[in-house]
Amino acid sequence: MTPHTASRRPFRWRPDQQWEGYLFILPSFLGFLIFIVLAVVMSLGISFSEWGLTGFKGFAGLTNYQQLMRDPVFWQAFWNTAFYIVTIVPLQLALGLIMAVGLNQAIRGVTIYRLIYFMPVVTTIVAGAIVFRLLLATNGPVNSLLASIYGVAGIPFSAPNWLGSSDFSKWSVVILTLWKNTGFTMVVYLAALQGVPKELYDAAHTDGASAWQRFRHVTLPLISPTTFFLFIFQMIGAFQLFSEPFVMTRGGPANSSLSVVQYIYLAAFRDIRMDKAAAMAWVLFVFIFAFTLFQNWTQKRWVHYESD
Amino acid sequence: MTAMTGSPTRMSAPARLGLHALLIFFSTIMLAPFGVMLVVSLIPNSAFLARDFSPANFSLNNYWRTFEVVPFSRYYFNSIVVSVSVTTLQILISSLAAFAFARLRFRGREAIFLFYLATLMIPFPVTLIPNFLIIKNLGWYDTYPALIVPGLFSVFSTFLLRQYYRGIPLDFDEAARMDGASSLRIWWQIIMPLSGPVLATLAIFVFQGVWNDFLWPLVVTTSEQMRTIPVGLAAFVGQYATAWDLLMAGSVIALLPVLVIYVIGQKWFVQGIALSGIGGR
Repeated sequence: MTPHTASRRPFRWRPDQQWEGYLFILPSFLGFLIFIVLAVVMSLGISFSEWGLTGFKGFAGLTNYQQLMRDPVFWQAFWNTAFYIVTIVPLQLALGLIMAVGLNQAIRGVTIYRLIYFMPVVTTIVAGAIVFRLLLATNGPVNSLLASIYGVAGIPFSAPNWLGSSDFSKWSVVILTLWKNTGFTMVVYLAALQGVPKELYDAAHTDGASAWQRFRHVTLPLISPTTFFLFIFQMIGAFQLFSEPFVMTRGGPANSSLSVVQYIYLAAFRDIRMDKAAAMAWVLFVFIFAFTLFQNWTQKRWVHYESD
Repeated sequence: MTAMTGSPTRMSAPARLGLHALLIFFSTIMLAPFGVMLVVSLIPNSAFLARDFSPANFSLNNYWRTFEVVPFSRYYFNSIVVSVSVTTLQILISSLAAFAFARLRFRGREAIFLFYLATLMIPFPVTLIPNFLIIKNLGWYDTYPALIVPGLFSVFSTFLLRQYYRGIPLDFDEAARMDGASSLRIWWQIIMPLSGPVLATLAIFVFQGVWNDFLWPLVVTTSEQMRTIPVGLAAFVGQYATAWDLLMAGSVIALLPVLVIYVIGQKWFVQGIALSGIGGR
């Protein structure tokens, strides 16, 4: 996949390829101009306007952003999303890595295990959310299972209301997301593990390194670029969580599981406040951008590239 | 793809057993929701609530009833139309542009491509509202073009194909040009056939994403006739919140095609993920 042979020869513009080049990119470029460039410009414009049911009503300066900062529901959605990020991202990386290391051994059945772990990834999230509504219902299978485990251990059990209490609703979303996405992390990690040269393990083994030491000092540093990629990728995904709370908990109870993108959707299409929703989307973008830059800056400390 | 590369020592028998136990434990967690879905879809709601799983209760009745109360066949039809058109057209449009970016020489090529790349960072919620307004103004609200057209332009697909096309030697093009072939012909008869695997991988990747997409079809459709499967399913939950038998049958119906494609084309899916990893770096 690497670009090698193509751009070797001397570069000169050919008149016959000039117009052909434009023709070839034309369909793509038109769509790009309308649905990406125009959309971004419009979105920024709307966020600084008063925009209601009938469309543009006048410039509003920073009013939408100021309203947002004073809106307790926005802050609730903001902290819920922060909760999703700090739980989902590390748990998913850890579980995905454990699965990948387990599958990177000389055992039978690797293909089958991988097939199973990846199955939720291709599943329609709406269907996944519906099943978890059933699994996590107060009288559902998960609570039945927990009750019997507690029963065997002789501990009194009070069934948690996973979906209907503000203590558990966010965790329900986390559980669904982990089930859905960990297989993705596993596959990417597995590909990275398979790229670690065997000689390095042999050398470490000869030097008397234990399995844990080999993992800690050979494997982890060598796959750190993958960890970095997954970290950023999953973080951006968690910032934009929508379907999971939308279908499973409707953001409730009392907004306890409402995500920012879900609130953007509700502001735009339930409250018909396109202006406020657009402002929220830009706040989200700024946060994603800032966090990505920050991670990119800290990566020097823990990501090892082979050329170093 | 063998799994042996990273592990120098063969494991002892007890260690292997322990590992299998762990991997089977994970498998159970991953599979259990599918199992519950299937079982509950085959028995009446009352039997599920009473945890009565006697064989006499099992039947396909829920499936027939689901098709009666919800126009699932219409949802299916819509999902197929949208997924197939977006996948085919997006790949053709991206491939044409990628061919130009990789193999034709024209003024502004690098600048335009950099402009494309710069927009990769923009999250979907930013363009959601203006695109909804654009669709409304075009008079496309609640129609197939609303579901299809915005999905045809993908910077990511263009980027991925351009990277691949850059790796194919330019001598092919030169030789064909000597024989009088046009650029269009070089693209269609030389470059496209040479990129079979990457196209297949990309196609599965795009198809799966469009089939499962929820937010966009939710926003641009309102009538029952225009719903795709995920939107139809979500509306179904709104109407029949605890009719588990019907909901599970509906979920199985929604999942079946994509799971079948996945099991058959597993290799391509996994490669697709590896590709997305490369794209992400």
